[in-house]
Amino acid sequence: MYTEKVMEHFKNPRNMGEIEDPDVTSKVGNPACGDMMNIYLRVGEKNNEKYIEDIKFKTFGCASAIATSSVTTELAMGKTLDEAEEIEEEDIAEELGGLPKIKMHCSNLSANGLHEAIYQYKKKEGMEISEDLERKHKIAQKTLEKTEEMRQEHGLNED
Amino acid sequence: MKILDVDRIYADNNATTPVDPKVKMEMLPYLEDRFGNPNSLHTTGREARKAVEEARQKVAEMLNCKAKEIIFTSSATESNNHAIKGTAFARKNEGKHIITSKIEHKCVLEACGWLEEQGFEITYLDVDKEGYLSVEDIEEELREDTVLVSIMMANNEVGTIQPINKLARIVHEKSNAYFHTDMAQCPGKMDVDVENLGVDMATINAHKMYGPKGIGALYKGQDVEIDPLLHGGGQEEGERSGTENVPYIVGFGKACELAQKNQEKDRLEKMHQKFVEDVCARIEKVVINGPLSPRLPGNTNMSFIGVEGEALVLRLDNHGIDVATGSACSSDELKASHVLEALDKGPEVAHSSLRISFGRFNTMDDVDAVVEALEKEVDDLRSITAMDEKGKIGD
Repeated sequence: MYTEKVMEHFKNPRNMGEIEDPDVTSKVGNPACGDMMNIYLRVGEKNNEKYIEDIKFKTFGCASAIATSSVTTELAMGKTLDEAEEIEEEDIAEELGGLPKIKMHCSNLSANGLHEAIYQYKKKEGMEISEDLERKHKIAQKTLEKTEEMRQEHGLNED
Repeated sequence: MKILDVDRIYADNNATTPVDPKVKMEMLPYLEDRFGNPNSLHTTGREARKAVEEARQKVAEMLNCKAKEIIFTSSATESNNHAIKGTAFARKNEGKHIITSKIEHKCVLEACGWLEEQGFEITYLDVDKEGYLSVEDIEEELREDTVLVSIMMANNEVGTIQPINKLARIVHEKSNAYFHTDMAQCPGKMDVDVENLGVDMATINAHKMYGPKGIGALYKGQDVEIDPLLHGGGQEEGERSGTENVPYIVGFGKACELAQKNQEKDRLEKMHQKFVEDVCARIEKVVINGPLSPRLPGNTNMSFIGVEGEALVLRLDNHGIDVATGSACSSDELKASHVLEALDKGPEVAHSSLRISFGRFNTMDDVDAVVEALEKEVDDLRSITAMDEKGKIGD
């Protein structure tokens, strides 16, 4: 059911744990749905652009949730904030060689966690927040509340 | 004793059991020369008939009933469907009310759900945090039009054993309903004497007791009348048409003979006890699901708070250990097990549940190996979890 790459990231997750004294932390998901994720970011600056100097995660969830968290941190590491903002759930699933349909919400949650961390950072620093990032922030906030809706949005109502 | 020719520890015996080599040997001739149809007149057919009836006798001996009270079916699912729908159809003019519980196997709940669509009324009894029904609840729910009460004997997930004898007595005293019990998990581990239990119908199958998959039985007392599900050539005294599955019936008979000779209650209970003690001594924040004791021998269900069940199953799989979970992530509907939900211990417990079920071919060494691997993987997954011990998002 899982690709080899999913299993590999699940067995040996990259960038797991916490960053000591992070610039920002995001939290998405909730215990009722069975997936929760924290993203820790340290942001650096090069060529006048903010970039992800370090990123770590902590996840409560299934193999797929852990693997998507791991690969999300890999994809985001070293990217500018604007670039990392563009990492979408499809990119994460694709990087893992695909996910079972029913598990697509896991890649969603990882993307939510990343976007939310970037949103929190930009807000804190008074940086401009795009409409798209504002929208992503709202979706991430929703994961904290209701899981039933999320389940339906990201898997169960699809044919 | 090593039964499987693979280097794995199989600790999911509540899902299915390996076929006992003695069962396999008994079956083989019926997959070879003795291929007859038991309904044929000739010698080849009569040989098959003899084998089927001998097997029926063995099943009946295990259950302490008459051979003619045994109906062979394809599975526990079919036996449960037969008991429930068969009663509903046969007694629909007497009443359309059925009582069952929220922690029955899906095949009972789904059969009842379908009957609701056909105009029957079903009462689903609640259970407490250990999975026990309340006897008073059953008494209260019994009505004049109640035609069936179906309650499982030992729960396949959390091991809770219901007082079937007492429940059946009350149901018979206070109503005209039949009492059916699903006891698929019980042979070889508990008393399955249907006379002692006082039930009208009981479901068992072979593959939970070291026999093959695809064969089950329904005990139906001789005075109990229900409609068949399958109509056809009138096999099984017209109760279940379809040519008898001779090799599997023979295997089932042998499995029942072995279960009767080889009561494994004490051994399995010792394994469970050692397992729980060792786990609790070595791992923190463990919640036991279901009663501590007594429970279905060999069954253990525990939640490791902060560790999601599917992840833990797959990590143990890497150690060559097979166990199960009731976590939502492991199901097709992304819903936690209905049994754990009925126990109402909160989502963090349901999502973190692990079912370990030891059986005939496990040893105390297996117990040690599972504890060892669990300690390592729980520790590892907890080091990356986003959940604190209260089930909240940690910092």
